[in-house]
Amino acid sequence: MYVLTLVTLLLIYAALALSLNLITGLAGQVTLGHAAFFGIGAYTLAFLVAHGLGFWPALLAGGVAAGVTGLLLGAISLRLRDDFLAIATIAINFVVVALFLYLPFFGGAFGMSGIEAPFGDTGTLIVAVVLFGLTAVLHEVIRASDLGLALIALRESEDAAGALGVDVKRFKVTAFSLGTAVAGVAGGVYAVYVGVIHPHDFGFPLSVTLLAMVAIGGMGTFRGPIAGAIVLGGFAQAFSFIHNYQLVLYGLLLALVMRYRSQGLLGRRE
Amino acid sequence: MSGLAVQGVSKAFGGLQAVADVSLAVEHGQVLGLFGPNGAGKTTLFNLVAGLLRPDEGHVLLEGEDITRLPVHRRAQRGLARTFQVVKPLTALSVTDNVMVPLAHERLNGWLPLRGYRTAAREQRARVLLERVGLRDQADAPAGSLPLGMKKRLEVARALALDPRVLLLDEPLAGLSLQDARLVLDVVATAREQAGVILIEHNVRLAMAACDKAVVMEAGGVIASGEPDAIKRDPKVIEAYLGEGSDA
Repeated sequence: MYVLTLVTLLLIYAALALSLNLITGLAGQVTLGHAAFFGIGAYTLAFLVAHGLGFWPALLAGGVAAGVTGLLLGAISLRLRDDFLAIATIAINFVVVALFLYLPFFGGAFGMSGIEAPFGDTGTLIVAVVLFGLTAVLHEVIRASDLGLALIALRESEDAAGALGVDVKRFKVTAFSLGTAVAGVAGGVYAVYVGVIHPHDFGFPLSVTLLAMVAIGGMGTFRGPIAGAIVLGGFAQAFSFIHNYQLVLYGLLLALVMRYRSQGLLGRRE
Repeated sequence: MSGLAVQGVSKAFGGLQAVADVSLAVEHGQVLGLFGPNGAGKTTLFNLVAGLLRPDEGHVLLEGEDITRLPVHRRAQRGLARTFQVVKPLTALSVTDNVMVPLAHERLNGWLPLRGYRTAAREQRARVLLERVGLRDQADAPAGSLPLGMKKRLEVARALALDPRVLLLDEPLAGLSLQDARLVLDVVATAREQAGVILIEHNVRLAMAACDKAVVMEAGGVIASGEPDAIKRDPKVIEAYLGEGSDA
């Protein structure tokens, strides 16, 4: 039983890490607010299901809500470069968590509870497998496509990409909204997986953890973010007794990887 | 009119008039040499033409159409290609994939361009282009691993992949061996058959031989323009620029 829930969680993390990799690994846009979009998906599903909507349409709605929010915020903040973008996305994360806390129909600090898994625990595992599978396929289709080539080009040099016919602004926003939409769907699956969600489940620490998963595993690769999700997600379970110090551990691991293997554990040296 | 026309273009940065009322034109089949000392405004003019900067005044026309307000990528898609003075290779991508980016530009206007970027037709075209600049043996190497001379030639191959109507080359010969420089000039001579070329170059002797006309800038303005041979004898030009560097 324990293995089943752990595998479900790791699959959700792996899908999340891959969705972040579209934005940060391929397009090179470092975001420290990805957890906010995961949360938007989770809260959207919880709210809609509580109001009588079925699981699948609510899941889809969560993805759309996160993706549209990502599209709007991306259009504004992706004009910023590098560290300014990172700071802006941190701000987005805090604002979204504050909205979960203060909007009355989201249950405040107690969050939303009683979110039922429509197909039982095994069913949720299967849904997580499908989520991961579809995300992996999307990730690989994009990487081999004209879109993926354009994203990597603008990551390497915005000026060169523009001069070669790539609409840099548009493709940054495309990557951001695709990545955030997938995060939203993952959030919906997470909501039925845990049954109870709180604003702080989707805070800045989770965003840092997700970025660490991608960076430690290997940015821009396929296996890297998945491996990172398994290592750090597994870590979180194994060391749950030192809950408050987990971020210290991630930070340490991230610092070590960046120092001795900056391309990530499974990344290729370029 | 075919080619490129720059009409009364000016650009100031704060109090500095980087480009002042510059007009020039280049037609298909012509190579225009753009000369002048450092800080004369040549690269700023390129950035105004390519769309990286917007002029305060004046117009830029490509194939007779006003492109002054068009974003960079639209100009590139219409066949305005450029190389950078400081090379900008897409370092993590292979040499072939660097050329694939401009070859993909036609499909990049779709809503979600999810079709595979490696097509037989593109690989074939990339091979031909890399052959032309002498990079066939480096096709699979990461662009970041190339020495400077090869990076410069890769920039030229990428620009040619846009099927340029106008080609802007910003010091393509700087740092190249004489042999590599000749190779690039040969490529330029072939490219001019379908495009107008503007060449910024400090190696005056090499470049003048490749030009049909020359424009000399100083302090943001044009001080002379015309036949390369006449320009070389212009006293203003000799004083401003060629004087000490004429046999460089």
